[in-house]
Order: sequence, then structure tokens, then C-alpha cells
Amino acid sequence: MSAVKEPLLHILKRDGIHPARALMIRLAAVLASLVVCAVVIVLITGLNPLEVYAGIWDGAVGTNRRMWVTFRDAAILLCIGLAVTPAFRMRFWNIGAEGQTLAGAMAAAAVMIYLRDAPAWAVYALCPLAGVAAGMLWGLLPAVCKARWNTNETLFTLMLNYVATQVVSFGIVYWENPKGSNHVGLINSSGRQGWLPDLAGNGYLLPILIVLTLTALLYIYMNFTKQGYEIAVVGESENTARYAGIRVSRVIVRTMALSGAMAGVAGYLLTCGVGHTISTSLVGGRGFTAIVVAWLAKLNPLAMTLVAFLLVFMQKGANQIATQFGLNENASEILTGIILFFVLGCEFFIRYRVAVRRRGEGVK
Amino acid sequence: MRGITKRFGSVLANDRVDLTVRRGEILSVLGENGSGKTSLMNMLAGIYFPDAGHIYLDGQEVVIRSPKDAARLGIGMIHQHFKLVDVLTAAENIILGMEGGLRIDMRAVESDIRALSEKYGFSIEPRRKIYEMSVSQKQTVEIVKMLYRGANILILDEPTAVLTPQETRRLFDVLRNMRDQGHAVVIITHKLDEVLSLSDRVTVLRKGRSIGTVNTCDATVRSLTEMMVGEKISLDIERPEPVGRALRLKAEGLSCVNREGRAVLCDASLEAYSGEILGIAGIAGSGQKELLEAIAGLVPVQKGRVAYVAPDGRTHELTRMSASKIRDLGVRLAFVPEDRLGMGLVASMGMTGNMMLRTYRRGRSLFFERRQPRTLAEQIVQKLQVSTPGVEWPVGRLSGGNVQKVLVGREIASAPQVLMVAYPVRGLDINASHIIYRLLNEQKRAGVAILCVGEDLDVLLSLCDRILVLADGHVTGVRDARTVSKEEIGLLMTSRKEAQA
Repeated sequence: MSAVKEPLLHILKRDGIHPARALMIRLAAVLASLVVCAVVIVLITGLNPLEVYAGIWDGAVGTNRRMWVTFRDAAILLCIGLAVTPAFRMRFWNIGAEGQTLAGAMAAAAVMIYLRDAPAWAVYALCPLAGVAAGMLWGLLPAVCKARWNTNETLFTLMLNYVATQVVSFGIVYWENPKGSNHVGLINSSGRQGWLPDLAGNGYLLPILIVLTLTALLYIYMNFTKQGYEIAVVGESENTARYAGIRVSRVIVRTMALSGAMAGVAGYLLTCGVGHTISTSLVGGRGFTAIVVAWLAKLNPLAMTLVAFLLVFMQKGANQIATQFGLNENASEILTGIILFFVLGCEFFIRYRVAVRRRGEGVK
Repeated sequence: MRGITKRFGSVLANDRVDLTVRRGEILSVLGENGSGKTSLMNMLAGIYFPDAGHIYLDGQEVVIRSPKDAARLGIGMIHQHFKLVDVLTAAENIILGMEGGLRIDMRAVESDIRALSEKYGFSIEPRRKIYEMSVSQKQTVEIVKMLYRGANILILDEPTAVLTPQETRRLFDVLRNMRDQGHAVVIITHKLDEVLSLSDRVTVLRKGRSIGTVNTCDATVRSLTEMMVGEKISLDIERPEPVGRALRLKAEGLSCVNREGRAVLCDASLEAYSGEILGIAGIAGSGQKELLEAIAGLVPVQKGRVAYVAPDGRTHELTRMSASKIRDLGVRLAFVPEDRLGMGLVASMGMTGNMMLRTYRRGRSLFFERRQPRTLAEQIVQKLQVSTPGVEWPVGRLSGGNVQKVLVGREIASAPQVLMVAYPVRGLDINASHIIYRLLNEQKRAGVAILCVGEDLDVLLSLCDRILVLADGHVTGVRDARTVSKEEIGLLMTSRKEAQA
């Protein structure tokens, strides 16, 4: 025999997998992640992992109010995730959702502040319009430059995030309330002009419904419309798109306008539905988390609802265990990391099969 | 090699294949596409690892886990796509990646290379940069690279696919020299005439199994074909006489530059007639792709004009029109591009989604219509015997022949007036190729003007009515395919280069 050992494990590509089996693998992954998390909890903190899990559950959905906040925040994250989806389907690396959302939020805030005395219906109508327009503008800038001069959209959208932050800090100088606080504070706190109204006495419901409607619309748009089809073709191969007579630059501009507009909606919801204020940290990194949401759901808007909820659930639970057990916030991020590792890692086992080489196989 | 088995997923690429390679002989591995020739050889070269089976070298069992192992055992493989660094010289490429001290004595390397070249009859300039070389010179560098590294078993994967007849002959001389020096040479091919003229023995593979090994002197084209395909088939390509020949497409003085600004098409003119197949021959990369894409409005044209003559006699100017404008004009121009999955189809979509590429705009609705394309996809599956798990299965996961059937099927379904096909049978086996030829002839009879870029001169000569030859972006001649000789076409293909030299 030779000196070289035969490899023990072989990785084989699966041709296809039964959906039930894929679901089993995913459930097993979640279960395994919880077990590993438990081990890590015991090793690092010496706490009872079941208590920690109960704390997470309690923090996320433990009370009625907490549950609604979790739902609403998941909806906002989902909205930004929806925004980046058409761009990613087109292989346009829009990592500027943070800035596009902030631009939308800023424009909505500006309408609330300057048109305080306008008729109520006008403020209600103009806030979302301004938000959408500003988000769209922030999305269109890199798209037009890409279509015209083939600029790099990754850098362009990333840099525009910083521009948006700077523009907001500039606005705060004018709008700060009280003067010298460097904060805008609640806008229109007395008259509530432009504030998203309560629905059936529930202040959280309307933003959630708006985002769920958007989710369904985007799903239909991406999967059943001619424009959605064009986006998929351009994303797969620009050459094929040109071959089919698709005007690629027009699709890029149109899709980014849509992407920016949806981020603008998220910005509008943040200002008029959640915070009722404007600050540079209003979006708080959700423009980047949204990228994770979009890709974890493989750009499927329906699946994104689950992913967005899971991420926000973990984050809320993490805050709870941080205070309840006096843990550093990093501890909860470790847990989120472990869960994501397993959930993402199991995709490998869905796509491939690992076979063990048996000795003497195939010898005549 | 004994009992070699290799699976890819559920596909059995090689099923208990036995193969013997002897020193001092040339062995052909013959088989249709997907018969497992290349995967078998890749296991010898250390690219894949067999799932089962044993490899013996000089009576000793060996395990080849990487190309490095293969090189140590003296096995060298020359792939279809060369693995050379363009900006380095031939000599630098040859020593690239070899172990050695810090200092490299380039002069010694160069003299070694020259000695090797003389021994086997190569012509190679060690100091020339790769990007200045022709395809056949690059291939020579690859061969020398393997020899320099001490390979005495040389595997060539479809070495003649990119060569002119003259270059092929030169390559064969070199390979015979190597055989006479005691090397073992294996060539992977599906061209029968090459097998018969070059090799000493042939091993035929079919569907991953070894059908048998015969001495070339006992074999004929017919017997080998039957072994390869498994049944008797007609090898003749039909060539119906053109009927109702009328000018349909006229291009004059087309010139294009590529991204780097190099002229790839210079002053090319052609006329295509309805009911006729115009063949376009040339060495790979002589401007065939650009010529078709320029007509289709996919690459910017620097100079020249394109005009389309509709059957009603009206002339449409297509010069500098994008594909979308040409479509809006109502000119039915179908195009089967060379890059099937990168340009003609969307790899991740199923057949239905790909049928929609041509028709999805129909109607004023915001939504597209899926029923018609689906029916069309099902028709194509049936009519062209596409083997696919279903019309929603991603076309990128179909085999090359089936991909081409999908593409050709869609383009023909658009009822074109002009049909342009680039390398329509590249990568297709004999059966699939003949289906494509039959389809082209059907279209020809229906009065379509067909432009066909091909690489196999024998096929072009028996399928086309006229042949236009491109060399280095220039049209060097148009000949009647019924009377011209293969040699004459070969000369036209290289005439520019020799005129320059």
C-alpha cells in the first residue's frame, strides 16, 4: 500500500431534499444550538440555563406591552429588510439602507416641524410622502451613477450613510429642543401633528399592519410582475438581460428607487410611528441588520418576517437577561451568535451529505 | 486503473472503469459528452478522488490525492482551459509553482526548455509573454511545462478543439515524437478521425462505463461510432438546396473594439440570404462572437452599417441599435449565443422562466403570463427530447446538450427571419448534434436566413451553403461550401497572421 492515507470523510452534493427532511435538519440545528448555548451559559456564568432561557422569553414577550414592542420593532427591521431585497435580487449591493432610512426619517421630521400649523390631513399626507421621496433620493444617487458611469455601488451606498448622519446632525442644530440640549426631543408632543394614529386603541398596530401589507406586495412584485422578472434576470446576468432586450440601466435606477422608497417608509415609521423624534442614532444599525435578515431569508419576503422576529426576539431577551442576571450585554450576543451559527451552518447539511468511506468498497 | 468509480450526487460519472495506459503508445479515450472521459482522467491527475477502485503505476498501487501527487508520479494533464499566467513569459510559466531555492537561474531554465523543444520538435520562445501567443503556442507551453516537470504520462483533454487543421497536424507530430521517446500519451476526444490517425489503441466510454478497448488498426469510423453511441446511426448531414433565395441581412464594414480597446473586428462585411446557411469559420477568437453580437446590437459598433431586408422588400437600418430597439422594430432576429448560460439563458430559472425571456413583455398587464411559456417549454421538452426532471428545474443544472436544446428551441419558437447560432453543437454528443443540424435545416427550408459560427470544419463544409472565413477580425474570404477544400479554408483562417509575420 502507499504511504498516503485515503480520506475518511467524503462530501457529496445532494440532488434535492424532501422539504420535511430539510425542516427536520433545521429544527435539529435550533435544538443543538440551544444545548450548546446551555453549556456555554453554565461554563461562563454558572447560571441555570433554563432560567436564562425563561428570562429571554420574559424579556421579549413576557408582558403584553413587551410583546407588542417586540412585534413593532420586528416590523421596522422587516421593513428595512424588504427595502434591500429588490436591490440584492438584482445583485446591487445596497448597504446604504441605514442612510436611506435616516434620510426618510429626517424628511418626515422636517415636515412635522415646519408644517406644524398646516391642516392635519396635509401633515398626515406629507410626512410619508416626504419620507419616501427622501429615501428614494438617497437610493437613486448611487443607482444613477452606477447606470451612467458604472461606479461601485457598495462604496457609494456605504458613504451615503455617513452623509445622511451628517445631514441629520446639521438638522438637529436647528431643531434642538430645549435649546442647547443637542436633542430634538418629542416633536409636536402636545398636538401630535403627523403622529401615526392609534388603531383600536393600540399604538403599535398600525406600523405593523403597514409593514405586513408591504411584505405581501413586495412578494407579489418580486414573483409575479414583469418588473420583478426583469430584476431577477439583471441580477443573474446583465448580458442575458441585454440579450433579451432589457434596458439594464433603467432597471437599476427603477429598482433602487423602489429600494430607497421602502427604506424611506421605514424612516417615516420610525419618526412618526415609533420615536416621534429625530436623532443620528434613530436607525441604530438596523440598516445593516436588515441585510442579515434579507439574506437569512434567502430574499424571500415571507420568510423574512420570521427572521426579523427571531432577531428582535433575541435582542429583547438579551436586554432582559442583562439586567435580570447582571450579565454583560455581550453574553447575549454570544448566544445570538451561537444560534445563528447553527441555523446558518445547517444549510450545509441541507445541500450536502457527508459520507464515511468504507474500507474495501468497490474492490473486485 | 482498475474498477474506478466516481459519483457526483446521484450521477454515476464512472462505473467500474478499467483502463490501461502503456509507455511508448498513444491511447485515445473516446466517448460522447457526459460519458465520463474527463472525470476519469481528472482522477488520474489528482483533481478528483475516486469513490472506489485502484490505480497502479508500474505494478505498484498508488493513491493520487492532489495534482502534486500526480506530478510526483510523472503524470501531467493539459486541460481544455489553459492554466497560464498571461503577463509572464513562457519560461516563467513553466517553472511557476515548482519547488526550488531562492535564486532562479532563468538562463539555465531557458536552455533546458530549448533542449526539450529540440528533442520533441516544438517551436517555443521561452522569453515570449503568454498574452502575445496564439492558442496553439499556449498549448505548446502547457505541454513543455509538463515535460519540464518530469511528466512521462501526458494527458490531453480535447487538445484539438481550438486548433486549425495545420496546427493539429503539427501537434500530432509532436505527440508521435513523444511516443517514440517512450512517453505514454492519452488524448481525450470525441473526434473519430483524430483517433484513427493518431492513436495506437482506443478505449471507448459510454455512460460512465468502459465499452472496450480496441487497436486502432482494427477500427473504423463506423465501428467506433457504434461503440460510442450504442446503436447504428446515420453520420451524414443533410444539405437541402436553398429555395427562394433572397437578401435578408447585409452588413458592411463592421468594426468593433473590445474593452481593452483592441480591434477585434475590422471592416467585416457579409450578406445573408433567406433559405441559406452561411457558415462562419475561423480560429477561436477571430471576431466571430463580435460579428454576431454587433449584428444583434449587443456590442457597440465603431464603424459600418447593418441593414435588414424584410420579406416585403422594405429595408430597415439596424446600425447601432440596441437589442431592445431591434425588437421594437419588429425585426425577428433570433440569436443562439456562444455563452449559453451567461447570455442566452438565466441559469437559475427553470425552462418556463427562460421561455419568458423572449415573450414576457406581451400584453399591457403589470403581471406576466406563465401559462403560454409553460406550454412552450413542455412542447420543447417533447419535441427535442430534453431530459429534465421538469420544466421548473433550473436550466443551469441541465447537461450541456439539454441546455442547448432549450436555447435553440426557444429561439426557433420565436419564428425568426434571421437565425444566428454560435457554436451550436459545442459540447454536444453525436445524437444531440444531429438533432440540432436537423432543426437548422428545417429552418432553412422554412426560408430563414441562417448564420452559423462553427469550429468543426468538416461539419461546416457539409452543412452550410457558403462559408465566410474570419482571421484576426478580418473577413479573408467567402467560399462555396460545396466546392471548397478543407485545406483552403484552413489557409484562409491563418492568412492574416502569416501576412503579418
